Formats: sequence, structure tokens, C-alpha cells
Amino acid sequence: MNNRDVNILVVDDEFSVRDSLYKWFKSDGFNVDTAENADAALEKFKEKTWDIMLLDIKMPGMDGIEFNRHIQSVDKNIIVIIITAYASVDTAVQAIKDGAFEYISKPIDPDNLTHIIRNAIERRRLTTENIQLRQRVEDLTSPDDIVGTSPQLRQVLKMVASVAKTDSTVMIRGESGTGKELIARAIHSNSLRRYAPIISINCGAFTETLLESELFGHEKGSFTGADRLRIGKLERANKGTIFFDEIGNISMKMQMDLLRVLETKHFTRLGSEKPVEVDFRVISATNRDLESAVNEGHFREDLYFRLNVVTIDMPPLRDRKEDIPLLARYFFNKYTQSMTKAIKDISPEAMEMLINYEWPGNVRELRNVIERAIVVCDRNQITPNDLSFPFRIRGKQQNGVSLEEIEKAHIERILNRTNWHVSQAAETLKIDRTTLYNKIKKYNLSKSM
Amino acid sequence: MIAKCIHVVPIEFYDSSLLDALCLYLSNAFHIPAKIKNESININLTFDPLRNQYNSSYLLAQLINNPPEDAGRILGVCDFDLFIPILTFVFGEAQLEGIGAIVSTYRLRNEFYGGQSDHHILVERLLKEATHELGHTFNLYHCHNPGCVMTNSTYVEDIDDKSVMFCKDCEQFVLKGDKR
Repeated sequence: MNNRDVNILVVDDEFSVRDSLYKWFKSDGFNVDTAENADAALEKFKEKTWDIMLLDIKMPGMDGIEFNRHIQSVDKNIIVIIITAYASVDTAVQAIKDGAFEYISKPIDPDNLTHIIRNAIERRRLTTENIQLRQRVEDLTSPDDIVGTSPQLRQVLKMVASVAKTDSTVMIRGESGTGKELIARAIHSNSLRRYAPIISINCGAFTETLLESELFGHEKGSFTGADRLRIGKLERANKGTIFFDEIGNISMKMQMDLLRVLETKHFTRLGSEKPVEVDFRVISATNRDLESAVNEGHFREDLYFRLNVVTIDMPPLRDRKEDIPLLARYFFNKYTQSMTKAIKDISPEAMEMLINYEWPGNVRELRNVIERAIVVCDRNQITPNDLSFPFRIRGKQQNGVSLEEIEKAHIERILNRTNWHVSQAAETLKIDRTTLYNKIKKYNLSKSM
Repeated sequence: MIAKCIHVVPIEFYDSSLLDALCLYLSNAFHIPAKIKNESININLTFDPLRNQYNSSYLLAQLINNPPEDAGRILGVCDFDLFIPILTFVFGEAQLEGIGAIVSTYRLRNEFYGGQSDHHILVERLLKEATHELGHTFNLYHCHNPGCVMTNSTYVEDIDDKSVMFCKDCEQFVLKGDKR
């Protein structure tokens, strides 16, 4: 902090004190002003933010102790240095209790004053830096992709706001692409744990052994290829939140291991016997019908109840059509800016198509459609020709569609729903994995990023 | 047009060798002639019997009252203990971007700290403090360049640690008369 950037206010009823401190600080290059009493000081506070205030205790009207209390209630980051000619332990203790930074008696040793001001500036600098860093963290973690005004979404956000204040375990349910991870991040970034990380793990993306290593970490040499110590996601989520995406996809053994961790809040790294204690909040998400999985014996009931303390159901986009124009414009602005394309808007006809489409891939699909449209659009407006829907199987688009097209769209939809978990998709489609691989090849399907 | 110079005003200060050394050094440092000028200053009005010290602000006020036409700067030099009300003592005081400054040798002497008298050290300390205080009248703030005469000194050891010279930045300000 440069001295010129430091605002110091001297509040004292004695002119000589105000004058001498003014000159002293001015010669150090500080931005300094004076006030003869609390009322005059209050006026100064209307003009600007003060970093440091030197405040006399004995003043006519509101005294320094009272004024300190008042100012601390308005600006708790201000550094207040109490100065007085009537030093007493009681008043010093009271002033410090009320948030004053330091208490000095007149006359002050010049070296002491220099040190106190230097320390005050350092404290102020750290406080300001801390506030800025927290703001930056909040900006980084604030999920801005949750867009919409529909009653269904408002209900979800209301739930987020209330559950964020607690440390409850949350399960978010909904189709693929409805924004389950965004909601998990919104809960985390509004919770008391927001300054610690949120660690996300896609349980469907790993084999059992890999998932184990990802979650628990491993010691060097614990298995072939473990050439160094690896800290697992559970450990990295300490003090923060762990988000289990696609929790319905974990094996029975992993379900048991996870249940043990959730119950005891400690675990051991692979290849180690030393327990690691962890403190995290659990948020999980699934697009599967977990109740059926429990009934069918594919998912442990005790784990289900442990994870499903608070449930948030994400509405599919087709059930909140009023949000489609808002979302479309949001993604339109986002991508035209990032791609620096001079497209002005979405034509009413194109918007009509967007609203009428069923969106089996939900918001993620809408985002992809808009992004693709901006890439291919060579005019100043997005028209129906720029829109490419992978699943034209419902409503107005259904007429004149071949059986192959319907099959292709259906397979792609199931693959997206299972996040391209081929075994699961094959199970849902009641075909074997080889047949599914052949059809993926035949229809040239690929996972959209 | 009358050429301006630095008036060095002794206030009950009788060491002419110190005053001569001061004039010589200040005229070089500020590129303005410096001369000794006797003025009538009533120190009794500035004495605080409770503190047994002299109020430097009151002395400064007398020094700059009706300044002679050729006084570009006025530096009072005394040998008694100075204070400003909020501080226990000061080595000197100056008007930021004004014409007046005052400096005392009282706390610059080794004897004050229980040491042996050393004229050489006293001269050096006086030159530094006088240059420092006059520097403020050129609108120089305390400088953070190590060794610059404009660094803040709250102990006599701080004065000994710094040089008698301006750093390049401060010298430029003095030469050009720039504002911070």
C-alpha cells in the first residue's frame, strides 16, 4: 500500500493535536484530514472510506469510546487507534474490546507512532487483500449458468438457498443435462464451506479399481504403476464438499466402502493402514431411478438413505419451456462473445423451433445447439437453417421420419442419458454391447463435449 | 527582482562554526545562496513549563511572520528541546511546501544520550536534519529510498544511518521545483 493510497482521519477536539498530527502524516505522504468532534467526523465518513482513524477519547458530545463503537458497527474493517491524555487500563481494555486496533497515550513517542501506523497499514492491507481474494473466490465459484424464471426452477433455487445454510447431505436427481452439477456447485458456493474446494467425481467414468484409487488415493508402490503417493478426492475435499456424480453407477463393493467412509469420516489410502480423517459435505447426483435399484438389490438401501437426506429434483427443460428463450439468449450472448462473431440475434422463427423442441438432452443439448448454430451461422441472425436437432422424433418434427432415423435418435438419447456408459445404455435398450457398438459406428454417433 | 536565498536564523544559538558549515552545505544542496540572518524571536512565549520543552510550531510561526523580501526559505536553528503537542519531542519541524523550518541540536548531541561530545558527528547530524526539514519546504515527503536524507528519522541512530545527500528522485524534485 502506497502512503498516498492510505486515508487517515484524525479526530480530536484539540486544534494543536489535530494540526501536529496532520503535519506529521502529511510529511509522510499520507492522505490525511481532521475532525474536531464525532459529528464532524461522521460528515467525513460520508465523503470517503477511511483506512485509519486516530480517535481521541475525551471529546465534547459523543466521546471516543462511543464513537469507536458506532464506527465499528458501520465499517468493521477500519483501523481505529485510540489516543488520549488520560490513560487508564479500563478504557484501554474497553476500546480494544470494541474493536480498536491500538491504544496510545499523549504525548506519543515518534518512533512508537511510526511503528503503530506501519502495523495498522499492514493490517489494513491484509484485510483489504483478504476481502478481495474472497470476492474473487466467490466470483469464480458463483454458478452463473443457472438461468430461468420458471416456477420449477425458482423452487429448485429456493431449495438451494435453504439447504446451503445447513451441512445436510443432498441428492440431486434429474435427467442428463438438467444442470445437476451446477446446482451442487451453487449449494457449495453458498455454504459455509465455500472457501474450501468442491471436488467432483464422475462415478460412472471409472472402473471399480480406478474409482477406488481416485477416491481414496494410494501410497507409493501400493500396486504396479503406483510410482508415487497420490492424494485421493476424499482427502482433497477435506473441509469442503465432495460431489458424486452418477452415484447410481458404483459397484456393490464401492457402495460398501463409501458407506463406511460416510459413517466414520475416515478411510485409509490404498497400500496404507494409517487412517486419514476427513470432514466434508456430500452431494450426490443421479439420473437413475435409485428406488428401483434398491428394490432390485442393485443399490444398498443403507447407502441410499445416507445419501438421500435432502432431495432436489431437477425439472427437465421440456417442463419449463418459458425458460428456453432466456437460456437461448444467455448461451447466444456467451458464445457470440467468446467466438467474437457479429451475429445480432436469434430470429423469431428459430426461437419458435427452440421452444417447440422436446429437448431430451435438456439444457446441455440446448447449449450445444446454440453453440453449433453460432459456428455455422454466416448471417447476422440465427435462422432455422442454422439449428441442428439430433432428436427430431417428437411433435411437429415427427412426420416423415424413417425408422432408422428414429433408431439413431433413440440410441443417441439413451447414450446421452447414461453419459455414454455403453453397458448401461445397452441394458436399457435391451441389446448387447457389441450390437450397440455396431450401431454407434453405423450411425456415426459420438459423445458431444 | 531580488534574488532569493536561505536565511539561517540562530535562535539563542551561538556556535558560529556550526552556522557557517550549515550555510555552506545548504547553498550547495539546494543551489540557492544561504546566509546567517539575525532575527528577534521570543522563546519565552513558546516554553511549556510542564514539559520543560519549547513548542516548535510557535517558534516556526514567529520565524515566518513578515519574512524579508529576499527570504526564499527561513531555517531557525536552536539548541533547546523542541516538541509538538502530540509527540514527546521532535528534532525539527517544517512547513510542507512553505518557507519555514526549524531544527534543534539538543537531541543531536551525543551528550544527550550519555555519550562523549563529538563535534564532527554533531555537524553531520545538523546538516542532515536541516537539509531534511528544508526538503519538506520543497514539498518533499518522507522518502523510502534507503540512505536518502529525506527518510524518516525518529531516533538519532536513524539520522546516523542515512546520508546527508538527497537520492536522485528527491534531488530532481528540488532542482525542478516539481510537485509530488
